[in-house]
Amino acid sequence: MENHLFEIVEEPIQIEKVIAKVVRREAGAITTFIGTVREWTKGRRTLYLKYEAYVSMAEKMLRQVGEEVCGKWPDVKIAITHRIGELQISDTAVVVAVSAPHRKEAYAANEYAMERIKQIVPIWKKEHWEDGEMWIGNQSETVSYAEGKPIIKGDKH
Amino acid sequence: MIQVLLFAELQEKTGKAKIKLKAGHMTVTELKDVLMDKYGIKQLDKVMVAINEDYAEDEDRIQPGDTVAFLPPVSGG
Repeated sequence: MENHLFEIVEEPIQIEKVIAKVVRREAGAITTFIGTVREWTKGRRTLYLKYEAYVSMAEKMLRQVGEEVCGKWPDVKIAITHRIGELQISDTAVVVAVSAPHRKEAYAANEYAMERIKQIVPIWKKEHWEDGEMWIGNQSETVSYAEGKPIIKGDKH
Repeated sequence: MIQVLLFAELQEKTGKAKIKLKAGHMTVTELKDVLMDKYGIKQLDKVMVAINEDYAEDEDRIQPGDTVAFLPPVSGG
């Protein structure tokens, strides 16, 4: 699998460039997920976010997510870029682009990839609110992380 | 020598991103004990561990030269 399909970057993500990585003649559908910085969460106003990553492992885990996706949906091609550093409201934090012959698998593969990113990719978000700051953990809420481990191997479906 | 990496909240609370330990073979649990006893690093029971960028379990063995990362619950996306 090509390395540059899975990237951690510090500069703004150019969405079209991520999409271009999965464009191919076999595809009849491309789904793009764009994760953006939300201003309000549970009544609290975010001023900005800071993302930190264990970059080398994060890229490796993004590749693993890609391998899982291709194992479940062999006809798809996927590219993921996640940005780190300081991000402002509405900035793009992550882009997942999936191309497939038909739309259903493109949607499904894209959603699966995003779920797995939230489980296994070592990236952390620190919220800076008007009245304080906090590192956010276990936001996927599908993992009982309190028990000590994310679902690493996949195939929970 | 074992290189220990700390991230996010763990890094902030300890004020350390990296620790170099003179140590031989040990399990992840034994390393956690050393970090708690010698460095006073708590909250290690709820974090994930990666040895050389692969997720590891408490009973997995660490060799000299390994890089062991302690990863608080992740929150990417």
